[in-house]
Amino acid sequence: MLIRKPDDIPGSEITPEQHFHNRRTLVRTLGLAAGSALLPGITRAEADEFQVPAVDDPLTPEKIVTGFNNFYEFGTDKSDPARYAHRLTTSPWRVTVSGEAEKTGEFDYEDLIAGMTPEERIYRFRCVEAWSMVVPWSGIPLADILRRLEPNSRARYVEFTTLYRPEEMPGQKAIFSSIDWPYVEGLRMDEAMHPLTLMATGVYGKPLPNQNGAPWRLIVPWKYGFKSIKSIVAIRFTSREPVNTWQQIAPREYGFYANVNPAVDHPRWSQARERRLPSTLLDQNWMPTLPFNGYADQVAGLYDGMDLSRNF
Amino acid sequence: MAWISPAISDPRLKPLVFLLLGLPLLLLGYDLAGELQAPGSRLGADPGKAVVLVLGEWGIRMLLLTLAISSLRRLTGQAAVMRYRRMVGLYAFAYLLLHFLAYLVFLAGLEGRQIIQDLSERPYITVGFLALLLLVPLAITSTGGWRRRLGRRWVRLHRAIYPAFALGLLHYFWLTKDGYGENVLYLVLFALLMMERIMNRRRSGRRSLQPET
Repeated sequence: MLIRKPDDIPGSEITPEQHFHNRRTLVRTLGLAAGSALLPGITRAEADEFQVPAVDDPLTPEKIVTGFNNFYEFGTDKSDPARYAHRLTTSPWRVTVSGEAEKTGEFDYEDLIAGMTPEERIYRFRCVEAWSMVVPWSGIPLADILRRLEPNSRARYVEFTTLYRPEEMPGQKAIFSSIDWPYVEGLRMDEAMHPLTLMATGVYGKPLPNQNGAPWRLIVPWKYGFKSIKSIVAIRFTSREPVNTWQQIAPREYGFYANVNPAVDHPRWSQARERRLPSTLLDQNWMPTLPFNGYADQVAGLYDGMDLSRNF
Repeated sequence: MAWISPAISDPRLKPLVFLLLGLPLLLLGYDLAGELQAPGSRLGADPGKAVVLVLGEWGIRMLLLTLAISSLRRLTGQAAVMRYRRMVGLYAFAYLLLHFLAYLVFLAGLEGRQIIQDLSERPYITVGFLALLLLVPLAITSTGGWRRRLGRRWVRLHRAIYPAFALGLLHYFWLTKDGYGENVLYLVLFALLMMERIMNRRRSGRRSLQPET
């Protein structure tokens, strides 16, 4: 019988100590999340270890975060949402879950996040129009919510839909609009399960104001702002890539991925730089835009082998 | 309605109209002064862009008003309205020139590379710039002296306002992401003014009386 001496064992076969200790947790978590074992992306245990990258830049003042919004359901001017969104009733808030998942049906959104504790996340927020903010959101990692819905192995994408309620959302009644309401967005499953992806329920330590997408909205910090869909009423798991609203309107200008990328210009705006708000007359506060909005270390791997100038 | 004709002809009206057309500029100046004192107080979180937009909007409105004046004369028979056309046209040019300068300062940050890239690669900026270029000779030759010197050619030269307006409107449609209400309004008004001209041409073609403008 051959007994191997320790130095015969290649280093690659040795389990690092920290992972050894984590294995129990990992097994336990996998047990809990049996339905999601086939999901792409990382496991719950790895998510627990995930370090949210710190943002050193100063926060954009609350007044601007809640007063300068693109939420065309309330009008196309940046001040329209703050002006008109008070008409929106957000309670009760029913959410339809459908498609490739075990737990489908209609739910109260609060039931979908029951027992989960919102985390504070300070993220850069970059609009496709070349302005940006730094925002202290609070919310729940989207992965936690989606796992609870037990998507099956055919779920390769997840699609989200904003509320359609023209009587409370004057922008949806606009005659000369090119938007086919309701607003739709989507993510690939691994993007949706990424620990940076947040379902925000609050901002600046308060419940989300209506104009910011109450009662809950997506925040995908490495993508242009239009991907971070607001006031969500439907979640659908699907095997096909969803057609998001802006892609539907102008497919040459807006893609499905919409990752922040200074090297790929929007036909109408250069994406190389951004105006960090507040910008003033004397100082526009221009700064260079970072690949993946500064989150490349965390998310670039999701797109290995993809041509990002074609999949814009 | 008998008072209209003398009122329009009254020389005291001209400075009043001058002030009225300059009012948006005056208000913008007030907002700018407020912004410099307390950033964010008058023009929001992105004041540079707000300045560019407001100047562009007033420019296109003034340009449309310039086009409306000869129609107004034909429709009302008040020849005196023509006295205001030059002033309105120059205001349009002033608003649009300031719009371009504001873009250079606030949105392009006076960076040569960015400006050249914008002008060559962003079609909506290219057509907007072309519209402004077309208006430059019109502004220069707007004086009575030039008009006399150029004679019939002056009329032909000043027809450049039509392609300039069309390009300006295209620029406006192109930069709008959604909410086309105002764009469509200007398109409809422009179409109405063009129709009035076509109908007038047909009529004057028969009578060959109406001078062309």
